[in-house]
Amino acid sequence: MEGVFAILVGVYFAASIFLLLSRHVIRLLLGVALLGNGVNLLIFTAGRLTREVPPIIPEGLAVPEGVTANPLPQALILTAIVISFSFFAFLLVLAYRAYQELGTDETDKMRVAEPVDEPAPPVGY
Amino acid sequence: MNTVIFRTIAPYLAVLMALFSVFVLLRGHNEPGGGFIGGLIAASALAIYGIANGVPSVRRAIIFHPIHLAGFGLFLAVSAGIFSILIGVPFLTGIWIYPQVFGIELPLSTLLMFDTGVYFVVVGALASIALTLEERD
Amino acid sequence: MVGPTAPVFFYLSLAAPIVAAALAPMLHRWLGHKAGYVLALAPAFIFLHFAGYLGETAAGSDLVPGIAAGGRFLFSVPWVPSIGVGANFYVDGLSLVFAMLISGIGFFIVLYAGGYLKGHEHQGRFFSYILLFMAAMLGVVLADDVVTLFVYWELTSVTSFLLIGFDHRRQAARRAAIQALVVTGGGGLLLLAGLLLLSTVTGTLSVSAMLQMGDGVAASALYVPILLLVLGGAFTKSAQVPFHFWLPNAMEAPTPVSAYLHSATMVKAGVYLLMRLNPVLGDTLLWETILPVFGGATLLTGAILALRQTDLKLMLAYTTVASLGLLVALTGTSEAEIIKGAALYLVAHSLFKGALFMVAGTIDHEAGTRDLTKLGGLRAAMPITFAAALGAALSMGGLPPFLGFLAKEVMYHGTTHHPDVWMVLLTGVLILGNALMFAAGFTVALRPFLGPKVETPRHAHEGPFMLYAGPVTLASAGLLAGLLAHLTGVNIIGPLASAIVYRPVEVELHLWGGFNLALALSAVTLTLGALFYWKLACVRAVVASFLDLVGWGPDKGFDQFVGGLVGLSTRVTRVVQSGDLERYITLSFVFVAIVLVGGMSAFGEWTGILEAPDLTFWEWAVILMALVGIWAVLVATSRLTAIVSLGIQGFAVALIFMLFGAPDLSFTQFMVETLSVVILALVLTRLSLVKSDHRPFWEAMKDGAIAVAGGVGFAGLLLTATSRPFNARLSDFFSEYSLQVAHGRNIVNVIIVDFRGFDTMGEIAVVMVAGLSILALVRHRARGVTGTEPPREADAPTEGEA
Repeated sequence: MEGVFAILVGVYFAASIFLLLSRHVIRLLLGVALLGNGVNLLIFTAGRLTREVPPIIPEGLAVPEGVTANPLPQALILTAIVISFSFFAFLLVLAYRAYQELGTDETDKMRVAEPVDEPAPPVGY
Repeated sequence: MNTVIFRTIAPYLAVLMALFSVFVLLRGHNEPGGGFIGGLIAASALAIYGIANGVPSVRRAIIFHPIHLAGFGLFLAVSAGIFSILIGVPFLTGIWIYPQVFGIELPLSTLLMFDTGVYFVVVGALASIALTLEERD
Repeated sequence: MVGPTAPVFFYLSLAAPIVAAALAPMLHRWLGHKAGYVLALAPAFIFLHFAGYLGETAAGSDLVPGIAAGGRFLFSVPWVPSIGVGANFYVDGLSLVFAMLISGIGFFIVLYAGGYLKGHEHQGRFFSYILLFMAAMLGVVLADDVVTLFVYWELTSVTSFLLIGFDHRRQAARRAAIQALVVTGGGGLLLLAGLLLLSTVTGTLSVSAMLQMGDGVAASALYVPILLLVLGGAFTKSAQVPFHFWLPNAMEAPTPVSAYLHSATMVKAGVYLLMRLNPVLGDTLLWETILPVFGGATLLTGAILALRQTDLKLMLAYTTVASLGLLVALTGTSEAEIIKGAALYLVAHSLFKGALFMVAGTIDHEAGTRDLTKLGGLRAAMPITFAAALGAALSMGGLPPFLGFLAKEVMYHGTTHHPDVWMVLLTGVLILGNALMFAAGFTVALRPFLGPKVETPRHAHEGPFMLYAGPVTLASAGLLAGLLAHLTGVNIIGPLASAIVYRPVEVELHLWGGFNLALALSAVTLTLGALFYWKLACVRAVVASFLDLVGWGPDKGFDQFVGGLVGLSTRVTRVVQSGDLERYITLSFVFVAIVLVGGMSAFGEWTGILEAPDLTFWEWAVILMALVGIWAVLVATSRLTAIVSLGIQGFAVALIFMLFGAPDLSFTQFMVETLSVVILALVLTRLSLVKSDHRPFWEAMKDGAIAVAGGVGFAGLLLTATSRPFNARLSDFFSEYSLQVAHGRNIVNVIIVDFRGFDTMGEIAVVMVAGLSILALVRHRARGVTGTEPPREADAPTEGEA
């Protein structure tokens, strides 16, 4: 069962890497969104898959009955989802603002921080 | 999306979602739910309300700036941890009390306080993001 | 209150200069330059405390043997006990003499700084720096633990940097400060490596324990690297050839600094280290070759270059280089008789050189110049300063009855004790060096005062008490120590020499030892020195023409080195940080793919087995939905398609979570995807989306290949990981204790808010910061920074060179 998901994770990574390698900010953003889901699925699958039984202790018992889904990756992913969303939103606004200020959405034309013809640093004390 | 139907039901939907989010938050310790999910639902409620009826009415409705809510949430979460230090156990160790309110035993804990903090941070930060972006239309 | 019987006072004296440094700016604001009188109490206290260690019995108790009776004292405070590092301190003859010199001369330096920098707006800051340096230097000579020693050692480099660059508006001062820091700080790193190797070999971090081990280190296989590394530290600090160039440049510092750090104390830290480790590392062929050769070369280089100078301070600085070379050369013999001479010279040098520097500063302060060619006839205007200068120069020149005379006698006596070729050569070098220094010393002490009166930039008159107190006292001390030769020998030089050779050494000093070979050599030295003084102009011309012939020196080399470093880092930055985002990302993922695919291939980790999947048809349907979503995102040609297809794959992931027992995740994912779609729709309407992928075929193929390699790598990693047995220890722990300890039935939520609560706190802080940043990004625009033109950074005003 995990094998199929391993391949799905691979597809997620390949697609997001391909998008990240683009020079257009918008595709970069799409790539980041896919990467987040790919990583979450990677963690989820690595913790092994169990069908339908959530890690909840039933009323009247002290420990879960029988086999349940692995709670640890779930806890890790839950926070990761929210954080990757916040970051995605931040990147989105950053890209949008950069587009507004610089008038381009091509990354190789965004050279304010590292200009092409940057002069050599001063020699001296 | 600005249909009459949507604009009419959006406030009720938002209130329902907000109530539901508190319910999800409170039951989170024993059933599926918790601060993160509750916060997301509440943030979505505000976002929907904002799309339907405009951001100013949302801002009036929640009184505080959403980022202040987030700050309050972080404060709440840290305070929950500091409570533990005050009674001499490591930072963020859960403390439980069971007061009797109207004859019903009410389990209260610093964990609930912490989870409420999470709830407020998520609502505040995400609603702030959504409203800021909506406002620019 | 004094002496080793009161350990609390020992720690107080370590802390006193730090406390004084903290108070200095405040005191200066209240009292002005008179704050110097109050701050000088700190070194005075330290001096009195350490004076209590002298003698046959320590002050305060008849039972505790003093330093003269072979007493040694260990003070320890645990610092990092887990690795055996302690703030341990050790007092014996060697560290005691250094501690007394540091505090005694420090007392007068603080006073002198009060007068010298009177009216300077940052005088309070200067007091702080110099007192901090005092604390660091005391730590160096008292530390027993090599880690503590190293920390203090580097602190002296840092405080020296601050003091040399005190007048930071001048480029020359900045350059000198950086140069000193690079040379001594770099040497400090060598020293650290050496000390750590040394402690591995000896199995202890304590110097006093190493001292007891005898020749064990010299026999070890690591002896040569240890020696070279330690010498790297000592030679840079003590300005030995070829690292001597930083010391004359450090004369950019205000004179109190030159008198204190760069003659009496800090530059002697290297000598101190060599003397301290002489019992551990010394008495080997390598030690007795390297040290005398480099020390001798430094002695001659420094002394010859000194005569060429016309600036009083520079002249003194080069003689300091020469004296340090002399001390290193003498220490390098590991011969008790010669070490006695080194011990005497160490004390004598600190006294006369400190005094001469302060004299030079006073002349500069009162006459407005310290250029020899513009000075003359000051004896009537500055009689007290002249007397002090004369006293110091007589000691430096080695004339009886001053301490310098005794030092010269004893060192000649030592080197002629067992004459062999080396010793004869060394004696010759010493005679030549001493004669040159004789000439330099009297040039500084006589030329400005004698001869016809020369018009100086400022109308010269005697300086205030604060300025002459130091030179007069130090010069008198040199005289007194010489007159009371016997007492000096028993109480100070004897314990000092004993500590260096680590066995009891008897020192019997007499001013008059009869006619002997040493006295004859002294006479030769004095005659030669007088000749050099007489023919100074001639010597100067010869040296100048020789230097012009060479044309290159390590000082120029330092500039070339720094320039080359800046050039190299510029080139490296241009390559590594090209500013091309695409290249950064490509490199990152190529590396990831190589690590994953290459790594797993190299170690034969492709063991994952793809079993026949046993999925239900709705599970297949969800996976298919995710794949379709991904495909649609890849080929999307319009904003709307992209947003919708992103939503599709997101909901598919939510369904996967739902199907595999993660309702919390599923719910969260649903909400997040909804919100994502909303904000994407809000933002993307304002961003232009190029119709299709812009990449030409070959580029798409290249990117595609990297992407596929990365995807295969991650898939293979996951496949391999999941085909191994699962270690459920952590998950079982959470399941077991969720209700029992944390009273929660939803294990996922319990992990988030309880077991890993601290983690969650960090994560919500991140969410909060993201919200704030977005707000700031949007608001920045609202404040009116507009225009399609990219905002160019305003050209920062270039700092003017003063």
